[in-house]
Amino acid sequence: MKHLLDTPFDAHLILRKKKALRRELLGQGGLLDKRIAILGGSTTADVLDMLELFLLKGGIRPVFHESEYGRFAEDALYENPELDAFRPDVVYLHTSYANLTRLPAAADTPEDADRLLAAELARFAEIWDALERRHGCLIVQNTFEPPLLRLLGSQDMVDHRGRTNFVTRLNLGLAEAAGKRKDLLLHDLNYLAARLGLERWHDPAFWHAYKYALSAEALPHLGHSLASLLLAAFGLTRKCLVLDLDNTLWGGVIGDDGVEGIKLGQETAQGEAYQAFQAWVRTMRERGVLLAVCSKNDEENALAGLAHPDSLLSPADFAALAANWEPKHENIRSLAKAMNIGLDSLLFVDDNPAEREIVSAQLPEVAVPDLGQDVSEYPRLIDASGLFESVGLSTDDLKRSRFYAENSRRTEHEARFADYGAYLDSLEMTAEIGPFQPVHLERIAQLTNKTNQFNLTARRYSLAEIRAVAENPHMLHLSGRLTDKFGDNGLVSVLIAEVQGQSLDILLWLMSCRVLKRGMEDAMFDAVLAQARARGLSEIRAEYLKTPKNAMVAEHYARLGFTLVGRAENGDSRWQLTLSEAAQPKNTHIRTLP
Amino acid sequence: MTQAEIIERIQSILRDVLDLDDLAVSRATTAPTVDGWDSLAHINIIVAMEKDFGVRFALGELEDLKNVGDMVDLVLRKTGG
Repeated sequence: MKHLLDTPFDAHLILRKKKALRRELLGQGGLLDKRIAILGGSTTADVLDMLELFLLKGGIRPVFHESEYGRFAEDALYENPELDAFRPDVVYLHTSYANLTRLPAAADTPEDADRLLAAELARFAEIWDALERRHGCLIVQNTFEPPLLRLLGSQDMVDHRGRTNFVTRLNLGLAEAAGKRKDLLLHDLNYLAARLGLERWHDPAFWHAYKYALSAEALPHLGHSLASLLLAAFGLTRKCLVLDLDNTLWGGVIGDDGVEGIKLGQETAQGEAYQAFQAWVRTMRERGVLLAVCSKNDEENALAGLAHPDSLLSPADFAALAANWEPKHENIRSLAKAMNIGLDSLLFVDDNPAEREIVSAQLPEVAVPDLGQDVSEYPRLIDASGLFESVGLSTDDLKRSRFYAENSRRTEHEARFADYGAYLDSLEMTAEIGPFQPVHLERIAQLTNKTNQFNLTARRYSLAEIRAVAENPHMLHLSGRLTDKFGDNGLVSVLIAEVQGQSLDILLWLMSCRVLKRGMEDAMFDAVLAQARARGLSEIRAEYLKTPKNAMVAEHYARLGFTLVGRAENGDSRWQLTLSEAAQPKNTHIRTLP
Repeated sequence: MTQAEIIERIQSILRDVLDLDDLAVSRATTAPTVDGWDSLAHINIIVAMEKDFGVRFALGELEDLKNVGDMVDLVLRKTGG
């Protein structure tokens, strides 16, 4: 039944079946627990239910706290033991136009309107400050939807007393604040209402009867949009577009029609639509989404198609390419492996329903949307799925495609060495390992939320929690960056440990899969060892907490010479290393800088 | 639409919204006698009825629905049947 939640969805059907949907989704395993407080300026019951459904679908099991009706400001600003005890990971302020109580009046001067605007922005800044101070969690703030009624028609946008003008300026002010505050995430309700249409978004009767600030039909759209944003904030988005070629990136079948025969370019409407899709795919690549090809074709033909003079994509734009006659689900599995990303990071686009069917049946983790037969709709439908939602472009996002291109050069290079150790030495690697630096805190928090495979405990940290770790003298924290002769891999490893008497307890150890099997974990181990010795400690204690995705590090501590202390039935294990004896540095291939 | 057809469709809505697969209702059924039919669920029931019967209830029309029979009569009135 959970396919009812796939976009484009039937909003009314979701509302009607919400209980059964919830029951089904709660039955899944491997969900990430998050605590979400909804502080509302209007009724939030179905906002909560809809948000819950789409979060469950995306892999988060939320626990909620709801404010009393309409008390979002009071709950944030004043002493609130209940909210304190709840310890939210996220506070969502469910506010909308109905909560703008002081709008410019007919007699107001432009200066009056400016004052009202500044007062409204200051009121929200006060709320965010209080939430940051008290809870140090992620705050989600809506933009305001445009009112349905305009006092002055089109001039409502021009005149300082116009409500459209006021809301627009307010939204720009909120956006500016969100750009500056690291814990504040803007949810663009304004866009969402415009996409659905203001006449469908607003429902005055629904407001008067039940104090919902949006229509019933809009509720699932709100839940979906919010969930997409939160899933992105916790790193649960797709990272890679896997694309079919024939009738997806161009019209026609290249094996039959030849390079001259495929439809691509400005000559025909169809060719133009395929080229427009390619142009959109290229912008996705530029913002950090990986591209891969999965096509039933001879590789020679696939490459010829991408070399078409009107093709906007070239083979070099793809992180991996599979053009052969093997079943697509097998190719997709190999592609994921070659790129070192999980199947749940992939979205597969294919015009052929039979191919989509087999991929979604064999690889349920892969998103396989039914985009129909009209390629001109593909960008809109993929965009509206929210599966590539972002919480802002990091420098790493912009470099990602380059990292992967460099990785394939490393792989070619590796093939020339008989001995793996000699290959590692030839990479001329340098690691910079040291305590957390202020400029890296955001990237570190992002890594704790996105890294699933090489992650010993999979503990997730918010930016505020990372900041607290960095400031706590009882905590040992290390981040590592790895550079080699092919380029800079960026910040790729994080370790957090706590001093407990004579022991050092490792709470978190993760590494990006981008640098697997390069000896970086040994370099990190040496750094911990040195730090523990410098502090005069006698042992290191560590644990492996099993998740559905981190099997690759189950024996990580055994490999480093730790002794097994205990193994639980669920696969978790505890380890210990005494510092006096044989605990020796491990790293031999990486030059380290302090 | 006959009364029986309307009851049938309301029953199906109640089964979905309340997640009670074998719920059976009659004209005399009232909200307090049905598991989970509280004021929040009632909103979902009304929204689902509006969609299903293609009608829009006016604010005043919803205030004195005492039982399923009243809901049936309201739908009959709105659909002109």
